[in-house]
Amino acid sequence: MNHLPLRSTDSPARREFIRRLMGMSMAPAMRSVAPGVSVLFAGGAVAAGAPATAASTRAGADYGRLLILIELKGGNDGLNTLVPFADPAYASLRPRIAQRREELVHVSEREGLHPSLAALQPLWQGGELALIRGVGYPRPNLSHFRSIEIWDTASASEQYIAQGWVARAFAAHPVPRTFAADGVVIGNGEAGPLSGGGRVVTLVSTEQFLRQARLAASGRARGGRALEHVLKVEDDITQAASTLGGAGLLKTQMPDGPFGDAVRNAVQVLAGHGNVAALRLTLNGFDTHQNQAGIHANLLRQLGDGLAALKRALIELGRWDSTLIMTYAEFGRRAQENGSNGTDHGTASVHFALGGKVKGGLYGEAPRLDRLDDGNLVHAVDFRSLYATALQRWWGIEPATVLGGRFPPLDLLNT
Amino acid sequence: MGRLPLGHGSVVRLARRIALRFAHRFNFPLAGPVLAIGLGIALLGPSDAGWAQSLATVRAASEGASRSIPMGIADARHLLGRVGFGPTLGEVEAYALISRAEAVERLLADVKTSAGAPPPAWVNEPLMPPRSLREGSAEQRQAFQQQEIRRGLELRAWWIGEMLAGPSPLTERMTLFWHNHFTSSQQKVRFVHLMYRQNLLLREKALGNFADLLHAVSKDPAMVIYLDNASNRRDKPNENFAREVMELFTLGEGNYSETDIREAARAFTGWSIDPDTGSFLWRPFIHDSGEKTVLGRKGNFNGDAVLDILLEQPQAAQWVVGKLWREFVAPDFNREDERAEVHRIARVFRDSRYDIRTAVKELLLSQAFWAEGNRAALVKSPVDFVVGTLRQFDVRVHDAMPFALVTAGLGQNLFSPPNVKGWPGGEAWINSATLLSRKQFVERLFRGDEMRGPDTGMAMAEGGEVRGEAARQGPGTAPAHLRQAQFRARMSRAVDETRFDGENWFRRLEDGATHAGSKGSGNAVRGLSLERFVLASAPVNPVPAGVAGRERLRLLTLDPVYQLK
Repeated sequence: MNHLPLRSTDSPARREFIRRLMGMSMAPAMRSVAPGVSVLFAGGAVAAGAPATAASTRAGADYGRLLILIELKGGNDGLNTLVPFADPAYASLRPRIAQRREELVHVSEREGLHPSLAALQPLWQGGELALIRGVGYPRPNLSHFRSIEIWDTASASEQYIAQGWVARAFAAHPVPRTFAADGVVIGNGEAGPLSGGGRVVTLVSTEQFLRQARLAASGRARGGRALEHVLKVEDDITQAASTLGGAGLLKTQMPDGPFGDAVRNAVQVLAGHGNVAALRLTLNGFDTHQNQAGIHANLLRQLGDGLAALKRALIELGRWDSTLIMTYAEFGRRAQENGSNGTDHGTASVHFALGGKVKGGLYGEAPRLDRLDDGNLVHAVDFRSLYATALQRWWGIEPATVLGGRFPPLDLLNT
Repeated sequence: MGRLPLGHGSVVRLARRIALRFAHRFNFPLAGPVLAIGLGIALLGPSDAGWAQSLATVRAASEGASRSIPMGIADARHLLGRVGFGPTLGEVEAYALISRAEAVERLLADVKTSAGAPPPAWVNEPLMPPRSLREGSAEQRQAFQQQEIRRGLELRAWWIGEMLAGPSPLTERMTLFWHNHFTSSQQKVRFVHLMYRQNLLLREKALGNFADLLHAVSKDPAMVIYLDNASNRRDKPNENFAREVMELFTLGEGNYSETDIREAARAFTGWSIDPDTGSFLWRPFIHDSGEKTVLGRKGNFNGDAVLDILLEQPQAAQWVVGKLWREFVAPDFNREDERAEVHRIARVFRDSRYDIRTAVKELLLSQAFWAEGNRAALVKSPVDFVVGTLRQFDVRVHDAMPFALVTAGLGQNLFSPPNVKGWPGGEAWINSATLLSRKQFVERLFRGDEMRGPDTGMAMAEGGEVRGEAARQGPGTAPAHLRQAQFRARMSRAVDETRFDGENWFRRLEDGATHAGSKGSGNAVRGLSLERFVLASAPVNPVPAGVAGRERLRLLTLDPVYQLK
């Protein structure tokens, strides 16, 4: 464990330490950080998901391969992210918020990325960016909270599971104890797909984490689930602090803004001595009910620039070929714009997968604007197929037990 | 939802600088030797188990039966910690001498409908700023945004101040409860004055009638903006409010259909606000007066009619009582007897026509509330943790603004819940990042560094530095920077004036014990007493007997159990 002396003198080092300590943990909270899985409202019949047992773990998952999950909180508008410009219905459904064809980053004769995603063009041209269109699930739920629960736990629309899908994978196929943690959540929000088990550490930055970790107090006691939870967090801190760290500073420049900060802190975790199997980042603010254009452009610019910087940093660390990055969100937006120059909650949306081993290209199906279901897009790819891809093709885990059903993996990885 | 205010980056930078000043000063002087004498065992009162049992057997008669029997320190601490924020020594001592039923009665009788602390001066300005400010040039708009952000911090400080010093902590807890139920966020609403007015409404009706509250808050201007009802029109319905009023405010997921939402949204069309006065405005010409079908009822409903239909559902009382249960009693109610109790209280609540006081009273007098298994069963929220710590140890606070920022840093930024569902709470409050920040907070409060030299010049110096910076950046930027300098000066004053007076506090602990007739108890007993006051149950890591005073206190507040209430 790191013991950093705390002096009472007013040294520059101490001032800096405090600045980081307080400032960095405060900054995210001054923004609006949307939670994922419900705790307070998880009333009613919440059946505990059947966590897979350790008996089926022999297969030996390859956790040397890192999975980075990026949540686009609030529900990203897929139609304005990968724009089906050639479909005349697109412009007629969105007279005021449609993206102009000539400004798009074209990826096919019919579709183009929002101009704010221009930073992804080299990735697309290099064949390292997969665009998976129409990701969703049957009988979609349009509540933020319920739908992200469905995504986080890989449940069916009417099925309630308590444990996140990545946490279930870790339960079935334990991450080596030599790893600093099973997974790291960047920020101070919830663990989402990593929640409900495993050694998961939430940190704003590695440096801050290591400085504060000496305050953690391990111990054993009998008590309710609240005490058990606190004790587990104390334990996870102690364990992670013993192996994380030792990182030098990366040369890669990160974009300004909350997402750039998150990417910086994520790669700083990877730059240390300890290993982790999964990282989770979030980009918040996609619930664009009103005056969407500027807000959405700003979010996508953060996303595009952040992903491009993430690639550069992973190359610097020699991890680009052993990293798979995937985005997810609770839903896309309604095909038709609303009366407030925005979009209401919808269903299927496009998602990104990128990495040194990703086979770039278009997957799924272009949105069928002529076949809306009550105003909403019908999904072409079940989100659990994406998860199955990560589990089977990336980690080498049999996905059916973890996901509670068979969902065909996509062929988007060179392995 | 989800709109980031302009000038956001500067707020974060400002917050960081403030945090620096604050954290830096958070070294409270140890003014002389500290006496560590705990509360006497005599004040601990009768055993909790015995009383839980007596309540179990004669619940109906319990008010009368236990009226004259003092509940003791442990029960008083439990009750006050749940209904308020970290009770003070004085409160615990006073309540220890009366019975549970008397205590609950007194708490409910003391409820207020308005705050005592003077609000910021700008509440006397008109609700809405003039259009020239809101819709002027880019500079004007930015200046307006910054003003609202600054005022938002003042508003947080005002509320935290009320929680710290207000006469009825239960009123503030319930106001906070409703803030987290009928959520609105400054991030989206933007007009801080409207957030203030909503807060007044939530306090006024905090322990009043839930049906009244629902109707009133649905037309509250901040809510009308927050859930987009202002842009819900006949020709383009916006479902945001209709969905959340069912999912979060009254029924819960699974108790309505998507069709119900779409139909209800039509009924809420026309509920808007006047952009000039900021008050609720009924706009009949954008209202859809056609027939709707909501939850099986058919009619030409307007918004109020739909709210009444929601209130008719037995599920509504169940939903609200379930949430109150998680606030006051336990993290869940999965056991059969717990579910039955929630059902029973929901029935009483419904029969009372949604009298909130009745529901709270039933919850506080329920056997489950007092059960040993439910002690230390709830995770302290950041507000519980920060306000509770400051109150519990009588930390002198003149200006609460620094603590508004600390609670925000711990994940609970008042007036800015993360989304319409509010803060998820419970175990979600604690992850490795927030747990370490909490520990850092108490560590700085109690570790007793030697006192730094008085530093009255720092704020001035910073002001000078900022003025110099403004001059370099040219004209037009100076006023904002000057305001920031003033703001920082306020923050550093606030931190300077915040003191944990250990000597006095430990002496009061000793006096309390003496007053109750307990004298000459040994070290072990004194330690136990301090622990019983600081922690909601026995520490995970007992503090060695030799460690006393402020250091003992520091170690106890670092114990995992200190995160619980």
